[in-house]
Amino acid sequence: MSDTGQHSHDHTPRPDQDGPPSYYQAMETAVRELLIEKGVVTAEEVRAAVEAMDARSPAQGARVVARAWSDPKFKARLLKDGSAACAELGIDMGPTHLVVVANGDKLHNVIVCTLCSCYPRFLIGLPPDWYKARAYRSRVVREPRAVLGEFGTEIPDDWEVRVHDSTADMRYMVLPRRPEGTEGWSEEQLAGLVTRDCMIGVTLPKSP
Amino acid sequence: MSDPGRGYHDMGGLPAGPVERGEHDYALWEKRVDALLVLLSDKERDLVRVDELRRGIEQLGAKAYDELSYYERWIASITGVLLGKGVFTSDELGRRMAEVEARRRGDEA
Amino acid sequence: MTARFGPGDRVRVRWAHPPGHIRTPYYVRGKTGVIERICGSFRDPEELAYARDGQPERPLYRVHFDRRTLWPDDQGRAKDGVEVEIFEPWLEPADAAMEGGT
Repeated sequence: MSDTGQHSHDHTPRPDQDGPPSYYQAMETAVRELLIEKGVVTAEEVRAAVEAMDARSPAQGARVVARAWSDPKFKARLLKDGSAACAELGIDMGPTHLVVVANGDKLHNVIVCTLCSCYPRFLIGLPPDWYKARAYRSRVVREPRAVLGEFGTEIPDDWEVRVHDSTADMRYMVLPRRPEGTEGWSEEQLAGLVTRDCMIGVTLPKSP
Repeated sequence: MSDPGRGYHDMGGLPAGPVERGEHDYALWEKRVDALLVLLSDKERDLVRVDELRRGIEQLGAKAYDELSYYERWIASITGVLLGKGVFTSDELGRRMAEVEARRRGDEA
Repeated sequence: MTARFGPGDRVRVRWAHPPGHIRTPYYVRGKTGVIERICGSFRDPEELAYARDGQPERPLYRVHFDRRTLWPDDQGRAKDGVEVEIFEPWLEPADAAMEGGT
């Protein structure tokens, strides 16, 4: 069969593969074929949309963060209008209204969508499984420090932890603080310190 | 425990276990479900809005919400919206799914 | 559409539980917070969910809640907060004195 994205069954948990095995995959194939036959979409459009989403990755977000760390004026524009600032870097944000929330002196931000799984996918690709799962969605608004602790992230007691619940039309990205000891680093070097999880806010950037 | 005024999906603040950090790479069929939604919800087509997708997922019921994987919920909901709008009929879809499954069995045989 | 509230205003989220597709999370209903920003005006998701046009657009706000007001019984750090996007029909002024003030 043509589903080359299928995986062998030899590595660790893949929650999205659970459940009745092929019924919904058959539904996907049938729906896609019917939509193509009826002229609603073309096979080429489906392929292009898959490729476009594959091209979105945390590396894109890392580039934005590194630019913001290097260029205070860009940072100001990014905080004012996230989508417009990303567009400056040639990133197609689709219909997304991006709000960038900056970690600061005594402030740590973390994002969630308690109602479904809204995520800045046009910037950093599809979310990790845990972001969409019950444990994270239920708990992070109420006990953010305990959840951050499970990611190995400790925020000092006298800091504010601020949780952003994406319930409507905005999407969020955390702008972490630039790590110390990176003076004079290029944007490329800086981008190497920026992980997906630190843009969600569950971790901090890598240390230099 | 269960409150009729609180949707099953509306879980913010409820107790739950530790965050399971295992991750999987998305399979092609999952990416295609995502792609279908991107296309069907675009301005030109406007056939399945994100809000309709979510409503459909919320209406799958608590059991399905927990038992289906993420993109299984999506395709179930997208399909429901398309049926509701008459883009295809249940009969067409059922026959096509049977064909798809027969093809798969053929491939495996 | 003119926004009824502005940044800094204290608002209470309506304690309401209508059936349908609702984007105001249960955990903030009936709670008091402060407008952090006006996000703009957007089509009404409660209508879009049922294939209607979602017009008129509704002002959308980001509302900041002190975690202690959401879960008064929890132990925890005083300063922690939660910010949630909420459409205007779900908000009312947190005190009568503010009525007509903005």
